[in-house]
Amino acid sequence: MSVADLLEGKRMCICGGSGGVGKTTTSAAIALGMAARGAKVAVVTIDPARRLANALGLEELENEPRRVEPDRLASGGLEVSGELWAMMLDPKRTFDELIERIAPDPARAQEIKDNRVYRQLSTAVSGSQEFTAIAKLYDLDREGDFDLLVLDTPPSRNALDFLEAPGRLTSFLEGRAGKAFIRPTGFGMRVLSRGAAPLLAALRRVTGVDLLADLSGFFGLLGDMTDDFSRRAAQVEKMLRASTTAFLLVTSAQSAPIDEAMWFRRTLQESGLPFAGVVVNRVHHDLLGDSDPDDLLAALRSELEPELAARVAENFHDYHVLARRDQTNVKRLAEELGGSPLLLVPHLDHDVHDIEGLLRVHRYLFASPSEREQMIADVVA
Amino acid sequence: MHLPSPHLSIFRPVPGLLDRRLIFVTGKGGVGKSTVATALGLVAARQGLRTIVAELASQERVRQAFDREGERFSEVQLADDLFTISIDPQSAMEEYLEVKTGGLGHLLGSSRLFHIFAMATPGMRELLSVGKVWELAQLERRTRGAAAYDLVIVDSPAAGHGVAILRTPKTFADIAKVGPIAHQGRTIAATIADRAFTAVAAVAIAEEMPVNETLWLRDALRQDGLGLDAVIVNALYPQRFDPDETAELERALELSESPLARAALRAALSEHARAGDQADQRARLSEGLGTQLVELPYVFAPELARAELERLADALQAGLDQTS
Repeated sequence: MSVADLLEGKRMCICGGSGGVGKTTTSAAIALGMAARGAKVAVVTIDPARRLANALGLEELENEPRRVEPDRLASGGLEVSGELWAMMLDPKRTFDELIERIAPDPARAQEIKDNRVYRQLSTAVSGSQEFTAIAKLYDLDREGDFDLLVLDTPPSRNALDFLEAPGRLTSFLEGRAGKAFIRPTGFGMRVLSRGAAPLLAALRRVTGVDLLADLSGFFGLLGDMTDDFSRRAAQVEKMLRASTTAFLLVTSAQSAPIDEAMWFRRTLQESGLPFAGVVVNRVHHDLLGDSDPDDLLAALRSELEPELAARVAENFHDYHVLARRDQTNVKRLAEELGGSPLLLVPHLDHDVHDIEGLLRVHRYLFASPSEREQMIADVVA
Repeated sequence: MHLPSPHLSIFRPVPGLLDRRLIFVTGKGGVGKSTVATALGLVAARQGLRTIVAELASQERVRQAFDREGERFSEVQLADDLFTISIDPQSAMEEYLEVKTGGLGHLLGSSRLFHIFAMATPGMRELLSVGKVWELAQLERRTRGAAAYDLVIVDSPAAGHGVAILRTPKTFADIAKVGPIAHQGRTIAATIADRAFTAVAAVAIAEEMPVNETLWLRDALRQDGLGLDAVIVNALYPQRFDPDETAELERALELSESPLARAALRAALSEHARAGDQADQRARLSEGLGTQLVELPYVFAPELARAELERLADALQAGLDQTS
């Protein structure tokens, strides 16, 4: 199974996982590989490494995909018959554009953008990245200019934030809770139960009157727009659940990210979201096999000074500890996955932040299982 | 709004890291922030400081899923003078309501609408979490019957979100202006801004992105009048081979016919290449910050158990002594 097989017939690939596991690189390598196979692909990233951003021609935040010049890719030795486009998400701008689109007139849009609650909302790091990433994906999908969209999800400690944060923000914007509380003299008051008055008093007591007034002002400005948020949210959910969408989990081979990937997959499945497979990055492959460590020292000594040979053996011993750890974790993951696709990318000699690095990762992701085994064997042979 | 720490002396204007009462440990995902926070807790506990490591952005759900459930969201003792807690905004809110409103707290706490409202209000989760951290750091604990800590170490979310957490109390104070939230926000913001009380430590690994993020973090904190009090570079490979030796390894790799020897030589050259990249990034970080770094070695172990954490604590202690 290769990434090309996983993404057959898909229009959207969402790469999720905990922070620091190589999500951005993996997303870019997937987009590159699919473009090489003839598709018109856009990769939406959040905050790529500067050199990777440069490699993709993403020096500026434009908030629209821009084509990566074919020459850049060809220089790395890859014939790209399709098109690779890339963009870096600007959450604040995406949020503003959404308000401009939904607002009944420009004056209202401006009032909302000036509102204090909105300013806090649209720049808060937690939630707004997740919310706007999905909003952008939805718009790009509707515009229909691309065969495939690849989303690199925002960096977060907990992979599940990506699923939960947009929902929290949406329910806030829909104002379900807000509306009922915010208008103490309006209709809301009358429909609330007899407990409402002390409830409201308590709410005032813990939040302060001004905060309530601000929120009230914000929801007043949103008015009927809250219905548009609800409608959009329903359509976004449909898009995420579609059979043409693939959630791909990215992890490293260490235990905590593997645990998180397993948990993330369970949640995806419980929520009925289309899980496609797992990519495990930076795997230390077992190079020792069944060999006897004593044979190693003997073999090294025939080439090197005894003291240097001993240090090489010690290094190998340390490497092997990591290889065994990775093997145990990957096995645990494979058991949890049953037959679901599991793609391993080895621990490479350098970090990946240029086109050549992307090509290296891409070769592993798009290799057939036998090719991949051969590539790993080649490293040694 | 707090009493000065007994460890502080007015004659020492810039106290050492462990002389503060509250340390936020932040850094990019995957750099070993939790490990370093725990190791730092061990260092403090060894010095006889009653220390708690508070985990924000809890991974408790993951633990539950894998049957590692302990007592949730309460203070748990790990070792002599070392405690841990996982802070959950929901529980923090219930606790806060209880204290602030008594009977009404129960009313609000049990209202589903209120939960949706409070949890959905932007920044509220952060405010509640950081409010609990603040509470832990008080000599007079609000939590009934709770003993005071000498030091609270916060295992904080990744850099961007970590800065947001530090900023939230002030934002709320500004938005709410008057009322209990504004008051609480101002009190917490003042505590965070007090550099004799609160420190921020960044954890990085010597790779492009974590180094960028640490430099960014320094700038972002500076805008808020805060600063980085320590920068800890984690997981540094040992420099095992010099250039002459590397050349020899390369020659041996070409000549050797033993697959086993070749695998070992490849592994040696691979680690050497990574160690070289790390040295470059470490230099970039150190120059960019203009400060000394605290360095921690890569731990070659299947899991970070107590013994490994103690070793890291040794290295951390040595590093902190050197840079202070």
